[in-house]
Amino acid sequence: MLEYVKQMAENMSYNFPDQSGHYGQFGGIYVAETLIPALDELRLEYEKAMQDPDFLAEFHHELKHYVGRPSPLYHARRWSELLGGAQIYLKREDLNHTGAHKVNNTIGQALLARRMGKKRVIAETGAGQHGVASATVAARYGLECVVYMGSEDVARQAPNVFRMKLLGATVVPVSSGSKTLKDAMNEAMRDWVTNVDSTYYIIGTCAGPHPYPQLVRDFQSVIGEECKVQCAEQLGRQPDAVVACVGGGSNAIGIFYPYIDVPGVRLIGVEAGGDGVETGRHAAPLTTHARPGVLHGQRVNLMQDENGQIIDTHSISAGLDYPGVGPEHCYLNEIKRAEYVAANDDEALAAFHDLCRYEGIIPALESSHALAHACKMAPTMSRDQIIVVNLSGRGDKDIPTIARLDGIEL
Amino acid sequence: MSRIQNAFSRLKAEGRQALIPYITAGDPTPAATVGLMHALVQGGADIIELGVPFTDPSADGPVIQRAAERALAHGTSLRKVIAMVAEFRQTNVETPVVLMGYANPVEAMGYEAFAAAAQAAGIDGLLTVDLPPEEASERVAVLKRFGIAPIFLLAPTTPASRAQAVAKLADGYVYYVSLKGVTGAANLDVANVAAKLTELRQHIQLPIGVGFGIRDAESARAVAAVADAVVIGSRIVQEVENGETGLAERLTNFLSGVRAAMDTARA
Repeated sequence: MLEYVKQMAENMSYNFPDQSGHYGQFGGIYVAETLIPALDELRLEYEKAMQDPDFLAEFHHELKHYVGRPSPLYHARRWSELLGGAQIYLKREDLNHTGAHKVNNTIGQALLARRMGKKRVIAETGAGQHGVASATVAARYGLECVVYMGSEDVARQAPNVFRMKLLGATVVPVSSGSKTLKDAMNEAMRDWVTNVDSTYYIIGTCAGPHPYPQLVRDFQSVIGEECKVQCAEQLGRQPDAVVACVGGGSNAIGIFYPYIDVPGVRLIGVEAGGDGVETGRHAAPLTTHARPGVLHGQRVNLMQDENGQIIDTHSISAGLDYPGVGPEHCYLNEIKRAEYVAANDDEALAAFHDLCRYEGIIPALESSHALAHACKMAPTMSRDQIIVVNLSGRGDKDIPTIARLDGIEL
Repeated sequence: MSRIQNAFSRLKAEGRQALIPYITAGDPTPAATVGLMHALVQGGADIIELGVPFTDPSADGPVIQRAAERALAHGTSLRKVIAMVAEFRQTNVETPVVLMGYANPVEAMGYEAFAAAAQAAGIDGLLTVDLPPEEASERVAVLKRFGIAPIFLLAPTTPASRAQAVAKLADGYVYYVSLKGVTGAANLDVANVAAKLTELRQHIQLPIGVGFGIRDAESARAVAAVADAVVIGSRIVQEVENGETGLAERLTNFLSGVRAAMDTARA
């Protein structure tokens, strides 16, 4: 397990990050001096863990018996028929324990934390899925857990907040700045710099300073690696397109990475278009060609004003409400190996309802953005073509939001 | 010799340590900043660290976070901060001014454009919290070409090997962060600081300033006994937050008390 990550790194012509943690001009390690030794320690420990058969065996064991992997690759037959074009398959990360792809990464990082002798883990969360996945593994491995969450997100993701508390985590609302994911990440970094000796920071997406984007990608690559095997077995070939939503981009990089060297497979990342990219109220830095800038330890395409101040983002989905995007996506966009588009709030909502009604699956609002784009693509393609959508999470947490939009009090 | 070198060599000759107060530019208002800088000099500031506000100050505690929010609410930008220093220089040509902040506003302006404008305005140094040596070399070369000293941070977690890397790039002085934490934290341990400075001085020839956790005359005096400079930030910003009435005078008085205590440090 994770053997494939090593093999891929050896066999691929694409080989990033480089030694200094860069993906072309993106990525890097832009943090205050106090954290540099901690990041060095993490990088060295990660490199050792990847060579340690016991670590890899335990990670594999946990994914199988605790998470319930492999997740199915499911043919959304009715919905495909309705759309009248390409066949849509769903990679069912929503069926993982805790209800999203996030747990693949938190298990890997919690095992690293334990190896490093850290007794306390911290995390930032937007929609709450990464917070829940962190609280879950903290309970599983007996670690103290503190989750930082923007106060606006605390309000709109109440079920997940309670879930984290049930799991024994402390949830700290963050009311600075825009009160969303980026501010939660600022606060987590403040905690880390203060408690760096005792604390492991579990970053939830393929963003932040090196080596986080790399290790999150590697842990999440299990999604794409399974998908390749399942496509070969179930379809006898690989898909024409793989579609995934992108906030920081961890579910997308997890399914894209094993396909980077596979010719003929389009990789499409779907950002949050909010009210529409033309309105300025969105969270779509790649779609809108945002200039590169430095935030949260990394150089990435970043929503900013002409003075380099970060702009408030908008999305119906808390998990995509982030002004940047992981450095590897910036690079894949620059070299044109992956394409990035946006789906607006209303398009995501329509896809959300479609999947509920035609497939009996309640998707997360984040994943609904990927579904919305598949919904646009499928009718333009032929019936023998195949789109795989990474269904990154389930939508139980979004039910209060959807009800509120429909004017229903639960 | 640069203004920063001048300041340290003058102090060294006098057997004194530099007092370096920090305020956030544009806080409480952009119009107030130049006047407050003069008030700091009057109180005994040897160098001024002028904060460039940023929307996401992830290394700062709540006091300086709020200062940045106030400054940004008034439209304070890096270009406006540079203009404030140019105005300050009309009546003060001696006191070094170091801009302190985060990488992105400088990235957005571009290092070449920033360094040229900073030099023209009479800015002496730039301290970028989230630009460690790993990412700094090309950017530092641009700054040095325009005579802007790159000020680097060192931390309790910094091993000797990194101190050497910092020494190769740094100019002016280096800033030792006295504790693991954000600005405004209050768990300063002077004995630890002294031990770490002894270790760092084996690799760093530049003057070493110490900041984070220095809140009053007593802690300033204790740090002055072991460091080349004392940096005070959150405590001063707190004074700004307490209201504009008599603010310049309050800052001058506070610093005078600190200055007097520091001057007894090695007596």
